[in-house]
Amino acid sequence: MGFVFLMDPTFRLVATGSALIGAVGGVLGTFALLRRQSLLGDAMSHAALPGIVLAFLLTGSRDLPLLLVGASLSAWLGALLVVLITHRSRIRPDAALGLVLSVFFGIGMALLTVAQRRPTAAQAGLERFLFGQAALMLPQDVEWIARTAALIFLLIFLFWKEFKVLAFDPAFAAAMGLPVMALDILLTTLTVLAIALGLQAVGVVLTSAVLVAPAAAARQWTNRLERMVVLAGGFGALAGVLGTLLSTWIGRLPTGPVIALCASGIALFSLLFAPRRGLAWTVKSPGGKRRAGPSG
Amino acid sequence: MLAPQVEIMLVAALAGAACALPGVFLFLRRMSLVGDAISHAILFGIVAAFLIVRDLRSPWLMIGAAGTGVLTAVAVDALRRTGRVKEDAALGLVFPALFSLGVVGIARGVGNIHLDLDAVLLGELAFAPFDRLTWGGWDLGPRGAWVMGGLLLLNLVLILAFYKEFMLSAFDPDLATIFGFQPAVLHNVLMGMTALTVVAAFDVVGVVLVVAMLVVPAATAALLTDRLAPMLGLSVLLGLLMALGGYGLAYALDLSIAGSMATVGGILFALAFLGAPAHGLIAQARQAARQRERLAQQMLVIHLLSHEGTEAEREENCIRTLPAHLRWDPAFAERVIVRAERAGWVVREGDLLRVTEAGRQAAQEILGANGGAPSHPPS
Repeated sequence: MGFVFLMDPTFRLVATGSALIGAVGGVLGTFALLRRQSLLGDAMSHAALPGIVLAFLLTGSRDLPLLLVGASLSAWLGALLVVLITHRSRIRPDAALGLVLSVFFGIGMALLTVAQRRPTAAQAGLERFLFGQAALMLPQDVEWIARTAALIFLLIFLFWKEFKVLAFDPAFAAAMGLPVMALDILLTTLTVLAIALGLQAVGVVLTSAVLVAPAAAARQWTNRLERMVVLAGGFGALAGVLGTLLSTWIGRLPTGPVIALCASGIALFSLLFAPRRGLAWTVKSPGGKRRAGPSG
Repeated sequence: MLAPQVEIMLVAALAGAACALPGVFLFLRRMSLVGDAISHAILFGIVAAFLIVRDLRSPWLMIGAAGTGVLTAVAVDALRRTGRVKEDAALGLVFPALFSLGVVGIARGVGNIHLDLDAVLLGELAFAPFDRLTWGGWDLGPRGAWVMGGLLLLNLVLILAFYKEFMLSAFDPDLATIFGFQPAVLHNVLMGMTALTVVAAFDVVGVVLVVAMLVVPAATAALLTDRLAPMLGLSVLLGLLMALGGYGLAYALDLSIAGSMATVGGILFALAFLGAPAHGLIAQARQAARQRERLAQQMLVIHLLSHEGTEAEREENCIRTLPAHLRWDPAFAERVIVRAERAGWVVREGDLLRVTEAGRQAAQEILGANGGAPSHPPS
């Protein structure tokens, strides 16, 4: 067994990138979870695919920031369409999410066949955005991830109080005179950025797991938003590092599913064994007098 | 033997039609994403069943997959009921985990199967003609066509058998329970039907297209009609259109078949979203404009009446000054006056507008019905 790779600079680089991605996902997933928008992340991450491929087709370049701009724009468009469809027709959110998710992804796959016909070998790396391939991260990619993550954390810190009210009681936020619409747009934009970062390591198909699972896990340990955000960020980072570690160690694995599995494992453990809310404790007390914690 | 292109279209069209039926009920019960979750989660069932039987063509793969599908629906429901997470998060927790397990299983090349990850996402529709059903040396055609045709038939039979129950519980679950229909039984029939259909279609067209075929035709049909039977018919028709149109697009531009079909589905939905006769955006805008004009006609009549016989009548009820008094755009005012004339509510006398007997009556009704203040026009 060689653990030498732990000392390997490439591995450290990739682990740093994945940890940052997981942390950002966990933090923003907390807000999505509280706003019951967990599945919007799934729709947005799938909707990012046509943006990635189009960015490549239009510029012929494979620079990460450029592809991520394309991804963000098309994920944004997907989120916007979900809102438009639910507001302007009888289609309800579940079907609107399913529509955007499958159609955008289908368009992305169709465009991918166009990209594959390009004579250059440059398109070879696009498939890695499906399931993620953290091992292919370059130093400048991680630099980008770090910068974006810092920006996201800074904005959340600055707008902490506003986001907090928005997450728990948007009607109250409006009554307080907060610009709810603008805040909503800002928070959605930050989520889109988190997803765009996640595509690199986790891929289009499973990025939503990095949003949902760490946040759902953190929810089991605390009732306070401050702690929940920190915990979810920590769980996300842990899942990112563990997933990268395992997929590098075992080999031949796309990182996305492994990171998703690590995050799911943390969520499962928390659901079962978190103090007070853990399901394992309720099974032991017979008679159905379950001390059900507050839901959320 | 048919030409391979025709066989591919046949298989895809049957898959589209078979998925479109349960899709309608998932849509009506707000469970479209459960279909999405099932279609991802079954990958785990397929891989797990393969690990046990070690035969890619074994029927156990399908049984294992369908079982996982039903299990997913049950697990999401159970998780939601613990109250620890809300429904959206419960869905978002369960299916990525099962899907990831499946992908890891495939990527590690469990045993010696070679399943392509692309094939999981996109299916292998192009290879459908090579997987043939033979019986006693006779070539009966592509296996996918028989499987999807069989499921289409099964779904039709189930829906016909439970039609009344399905209809009532889709539109009014409480009343259905009062009538003694077992909501749990119906729920399980729907989940079983969805799981079986998804499993069969997954094998042929892949995850993405299964989700598209479940969600898109049903949602599009719901924009076109309010009644269940036409909704089911339209949904099937749209499923067929999506499959055939998508194949045409893929063939013409040499694109991914599954991707093109989902794209065509999106185009069909967009057309309905804009142009549906009652629920489309254009129809909505038109209706709003019509209502605005009706309201304006009523305002016009009441304005005219309130100044009738007064000294200001010449000034207030004059066609040229009317727009200014009512604060209307002149073109809009002209349109309203023409409409009111056509309705027989007003007549022109030179520059002056006069209310007819019919207009007087209409105004009376509006004022009477609304206690003096004109508000919404009668629909």
